[in-house]
Amino acid sequence: MGAQIVSRGVAVAFPLYHAPARSLKKRLLAKAGIRVRTDESNRVVVQALHDLSFEINQGERVALVGQNGAGKTTLLRVLAGIYEPVAGSLRVDGEVGSLIDPGAGMDPDSTGRENIRLRALYLGLDDTTAAELEAEASEFSGLGEFLDVPIRGYSAGMAVRLAFAMATSMQPAILLMDEWFLAGDADFMTKAEERLAQLVQASEIMVIATHNMDVVRRWCTRVIRLEAGKIVGDGVPGDIIGDA
Amino acid sequence: MKKVEQLSYSSLVISADRPRHVERALGDLRDGFRAWRLAFALARLDLRNRYRGSVLGPFWFTLSSAFMVGGLGLLYSQLFKVSLADYLPHLAVSLIVWQMIAGLINDAVACMTSVEGVIRQVRLPYTVHALRCTIRNILTALHQVPLIVILFLILGHNPGWAGFLAIIGIVILCLNGFALSIFFGMICARFRDIGPIVGNILQLAFFLTPIMWKPNMLGDIQVWLPLNPFYALLETLRGPLVEGGGAWLAWAAAVFFTAVNCTVAFAFFARFRSRIAFWV
Repeated sequence: MGAQIVSRGVAVAFPLYHAPARSLKKRLLAKAGIRVRTDESNRVVVQALHDLSFEINQGERVALVGQNGAGKTTLLRVLAGIYEPVAGSLRVDGEVGSLIDPGAGMDPDSTGRENIRLRALYLGLDDTTAAELEAEASEFSGLGEFLDVPIRGYSAGMAVRLAFAMATSMQPAILLMDEWFLAGDADFMTKAEERLAQLVQASEIMVIATHNMDVVRRWCTRVIRLEAGKIVGDGVPGDIIGDA
Repeated sequence: MKKVEQLSYSSLVISADRPRHVERALGDLRDGFRAWRLAFALARLDLRNRYRGSVLGPFWFTLSSAFMVGGLGLLYSQLFKVSLADYLPHLAVSLIVWQMIAGLINDAVACMTSVEGVIRQVRLPYTVHALRCTIRNILTALHQVPLIVILFLILGHNPGWAGFLAIIGIVILCLNGFALSIFFGMICARFRDIGPIVGNILQLAFFLTPIMWKPNMLGDIQVWLPLNPFYALLETLRGPLVEGGGAWLAWAAAVFFTAVNCTVAFAFFARFRSRIAFWV
């Protein structure tokens, strides 16, 4: 059975528990197209995703496009199993690999190598696979002797290299990606692009949240446009974002 | 590039109409305990980072306990007019077990909020975070064991065979620690005022629980002591190590409180687990 994502009427609402209601409300209303409302118990609730129904099948490369605050990253997190929908149903078949935040779970006081081992534990890998991850990631990061230095001492670029190397060393069936990967020095970017392309090619399903229409045209077979947490367009890239 | 073949955590099927709360909470516990190596590694890192660059590391904690036991022992054995040899084992064991209980609860309060970065970025069983918190405190407490051993040797105090009952006491303590990590970790993520309240209650509980004083100093009203869950928990370790077994009523109370604690924690976990990511 191939990888598949089926979403039926999925909705996500964020209650804002620990924020002064008024000022935050104003700020969010000014910035995002998302509707902010106050619920029956007088809490501020951001309706992040509304009644999303779609099906993504094996082989599809989907781009999520839309303004800041349209719900792209939230949808990625829902697909990754982090946020649970408050309404509707969701089924995700296949091992999910998420490149949402490269630094998540890294320990600044541990060395690069220790962080790679920690990541292997986060992924729940067995010892042999963990060793392969370590070899693969340390080679690709190109950090050399810096691998045995606590990452607190890394430059921003080095930290990105390591995070990128770790995140892309395993090939998941379903690849969820946010736009963070466009950082790092030029030399590394060429290497990074190649590797991402490989990862994307080999995955069964890819979902990427992006503003970069070049990426969409190059990689994606389908575009879902989100606006204020709703799907306002779904189709082949040419139809949704137009030709370059 | 290596393909991920094994499905590390249960595959994702969520339906808001049929939430299957209990089933998914059990799944979380199962996956979480299966990932115990991660929890252990994280707990060890926590300890290492907390004492980074320090020469004695967690043994500072042992040293400070040693001074506390020595100082308080000298003073209170005079105040209470009891012999030092009689009072010191009681004080040492009580104080160290109390430090573990208080440490666990103080940590449990921040158990979910302190890892919000991970919770919001990585799909992990929440059990892992509670387990990490419990293991961290067990590891800290283990550093105190030498102090007790040395003290018992100096005083020639031999707990005898009853001492082995302490193993059951430790299991009970860990079970409670884990349940409290889940419960307080969640409820303190939702209601940020509970953390400070818990801190205050702990302070009061320190004086209401026989740590500095001995239960028999209460006279007739000591029959009410098992109503204090801290006393019950303390007694499952102090009984075997100091008093040759401990009162059966205290053991019964400990088992009862543990059952209540675990039930409440699980019910809460099952019902609100899916909300944690929104709370932290």
